[in-house]
Amino acid sequence: MAKKNTIKNTAKKKVTLWKRFRNNKAALIACIVLIVLLTMIFAASVFTSYNVNTSDLRARLSPPGTPGRAGNSNHILGTDQLGRDLFARLLYGGRASLRVGFTVTVIGAIIGIVLGLSAGYFGGWTDMIIMRLVDIWSSAPTLLIAMTVVMIMGPGEGNLIIALSIASWTLFCRMARSQALVMRNSPMVESGHAIGVSTPQIMSKHVAPNILSPLVTTFVIETAHFINAEANLSFLGFGVQPPDTSWGLILGEGRKYLVQAPWIVIYPGLVIGITVLCLNLIGDWIRDEFDPLAVKH
Amino acid sequence: MGMGKYILQRLAFTILVVLVISILVFVLTRVVGNPVDILLPLTATTEQRELLTKQLGLDRPMIQQLGDFLKSAATLDFGDSWTQRRPSMEVIFDYLPISALLILCAMAIAVLVAFPLGIIAAYKRGSLLDRFLTVLSLVGICMPPFWIGLMLMFFFAVKLGWLPTSGIGTWKHFILPAVTISFRPMGNLAQIVRYEMTQQLGEMYAITARAKGVREINLLRKHALKNIMTSSITMIGNDYCKQLGGLSAAVEVVYGFPGFGHLIKETIQSMDYPLLQAEVFFTAVIVCLINLIVDILYAAFDPRIRY
Amino acid sequence: MINDESIKKSLVSVRNIKKYFPVGGGLISKAKSYVHAVDDVSLDIYTGQTLGVVGESGCGKTTMGRLVLKLLNKTAGEIYFKGEDIYKYNKQQAKHFRTKAQLIFQDSFSSFDSRNKIGKIVGEPLVVHNVAKGQELEDRVAGLLRTVGLKPELMDEYPYTLAAGQKQCVGVARSIALYPEFIVADEPISALDVSVRAMMLNLLKDLQKSHNLTYMFISHDIRVVRWLSSHIAIMYVGKLVEYAETPEVFAHRLHPYTEALLTAVPIEDPTLRHIKCEILLGEVPSPVDPPPGCRFAPRCFLANERCFKEDPQLEERRPGHWVACFEDFEGQAEIS
Repeated sequence: MAKKNTIKNTAKKKVTLWKRFRNNKAALIACIVLIVLLTMIFAASVFTSYNVNTSDLRARLSPPGTPGRAGNSNHILGTDQLGRDLFARLLYGGRASLRVGFTVTVIGAIIGIVLGLSAGYFGGWTDMIIMRLVDIWSSAPTLLIAMTVVMIMGPGEGNLIIALSIASWTLFCRMARSQALVMRNSPMVESGHAIGVSTPQIMSKHVAPNILSPLVTTFVIETAHFINAEANLSFLGFGVQPPDTSWGLILGEGRKYLVQAPWIVIYPGLVIGITVLCLNLIGDWIRDEFDPLAVKH
Repeated sequence: MGMGKYILQRLAFTILVVLVISILVFVLTRVVGNPVDILLPLTATTEQRELLTKQLGLDRPMIQQLGDFLKSAATLDFGDSWTQRRPSMEVIFDYLPISALLILCAMAIAVLVAFPLGIIAAYKRGSLLDRFLTVLSLVGICMPPFWIGLMLMFFFAVKLGWLPTSGIGTWKHFILPAVTISFRPMGNLAQIVRYEMTQQLGEMYAITARAKGVREINLLRKHALKNIMTSSITMIGNDYCKQLGGLSAAVEVVYGFPGFGHLIKETIQSMDYPLLQAEVFFTAVIVCLINLIVDILYAAFDPRIRY
Repeated sequence: MINDESIKKSLVSVRNIKKYFPVGGGLISKAKSYVHAVDDVSLDIYTGQTLGVVGESGCGKTTMGRLVLKLLNKTAGEIYFKGEDIYKYNKQQAKHFRTKAQLIFQDSFSSFDSRNKIGKIVGEPLVVHNVAKGQELEDRVAGLLRTVGLKPELMDEYPYTLAAGQKQCVGVARSIALYPEFIVADEPISALDVSVRAMMLNLLKDLQKSHNLTYMFISHDIRVVRWLSSHIAIMYVGKLVEYAETPEVFAHRLHPYTEALLTAVPIEDPTLRHIKCEILLGEVPSPVDPPPGCRFAPRCFLANERCFKEDPQLEERRPGHWVACFEDFEGQAEIS
């Protein structure tokens, strides 16, 4: 009897979670848009017959909707200065943009969380040195340093990731440290000790799930941030280099044709903006939904 | 802790930051990169290369180079710029003030738009204006600034012809770049103001319901203002630092604006080490100084904070 | 009778326990000073009885509670549970000790993993010690909830859905899940509304009878302690200043601080209110590197030169009544 009750209630809880998610229209739409976008980007060849770098000089700067030549499909979003299909370039270029944003955030999260947890857990000297480092780093012109690093090592996706990772760890470090401090002094941990739960079990069963949601939120929002950063640096020529492409690079190359062919500039910007917006909305939703205290008020 | 001691402490920290960053960039550029390859054409002979290496002092031991660099940097002498062939300090002073002014204008625009908008939106939640604020914030926060720049340029300079597309000279040249840079802080500020006002309004209505009188409502207004000011100052300070530290480069490039961001980009691409070191030095100093100013303003708005 | 003999007779014996927390200690230097949170305290708690520990906030009573449960590392001294030093336990003994001694928090809700349901929170001790699982676990949890006066159906709810008093009951259920013999209750009612305090106290008293529990009841409110405790220990800035059976303490207040505390209890008669002001003058001294001498001396109306130089030791002035004071004082004020 009691068991049945539990199962029924678990189901009910899941339903309400889904319901709340469904009620949060913005997050729902953001999720759908992002999934569609990701599918199109990672299965690009299904959605377009064009290649990234196949140029067709006779079809250069064709406006959106121009019929393709030689039996090819329409140029949905037009072509660029070399007659390459913009839609195809956006899909393939998105791979690099998302890859950079995601990888940089993963690297930053790993470094930051390891350092932050050590600072919070060990305290004293370790804490002092790590936090001074974070302070200095937060006051440093990290963008300038990132550009320098890219230039010295040679522009390209790999080096861009390394350079941006320089700036991505401090936020995670601060967060992980403050969470570790809160948890170290929390009655929850003490209560676990009092009933005889071992320290590793307290860490894995109670501490980790509780600090997960703020970290996931930060992760999602930071990914959005670094997608923007990639665009910024690639636009300036410090990032992805041809023949590879990314959203920032398409913009950087296309900006000279703003007057003749504004679509080369408009669409990549919109795609970046939409991706970043979706990630931000999802990040906010995760924060509101999984913070055990924020929701219930 | 007294204010004086606090400021001294912050200055010491500034020196530490500048030192650490300068040494880092120095070592980074000397160890990994070789400026000779960039300054000379590919066809240059070995003799030419060796000569230039000697001229630039790159043949001496690293420690010695670093020592010399720190010694002259202490007197604010970073050497002649390799590309512009004049003292780096001179170059900095040609480019830095104009960008500082541009970004200041941008911040002013952000405040002038975001404050009234945020306050009105808080009073009329759900109204058309409130929605406009949401959209504006989202655009400011999510869209790449250089893209906003390209769009504004396309409409206001190319299509309508109201404003010049690029360059510098008159106050008109400032408008588009400043508006472009203002979008991000504007979006953030509008949200801060709206949020704080909404919080306070909620409390105000609760108090009005209890009929406690006008005085307390005024108190709450003051309280709201204090909260808004403290969080806005932090945000503006941070953003100002980031913009001056190279974030404005993309927008300046879009508008062909010969500012500090533009200079940073050119310097790094041409591997002009003396000039790069000077830029690193100045951005680090400015960031620390702005943080100090923010802290002082903070204390002015929140008397509870004492250093 | 605080001596070696009483270690064997009592359930919990504290001997000269000290806990110092380092403060400061910057980049280069080690900690320069220490908070003397608990400083040389000795006492006994007997099976089935309740020791009330009373003192102002910051007097070290909470630290004392944590030390007795081995939730903190001691600086010096010994603590015996059934005659064995808990700080010398091996791993197995330590785990067993966790089933025998428990803690009730001031704010139980903050001690819960709020992502877990009440059933899981209450059942966690049983799972950790492999006492029960499956259907048996659910039955035991349901029984525990009934014991503390909650409906068993609540086990599928999250703790934030409960009222403050109910949350505290869940905390109690979690604490008694393993049938402990000894419970430290750290201000278990001070976070509750006055209306549910009596209910909570009755619950604790009933549980004591039905489960033969021994309590260490920590509170700043001597009225509550009086009602529940068989013995009272009064602490002041890390020191034990007076210790005796409850009626004895109320009948013969041998320490000026106890007198001050008792008269600080709100007095209904407005004409008598001035007594409180008269007795507790001055500031609570900082427990950081306290000066020599009696710690209460700066606020004590009896203090003389000796009090500022020497530290009075706990001595048995009346049978079973221990006090740390040089003066031969006995409180005279009327206590209701």
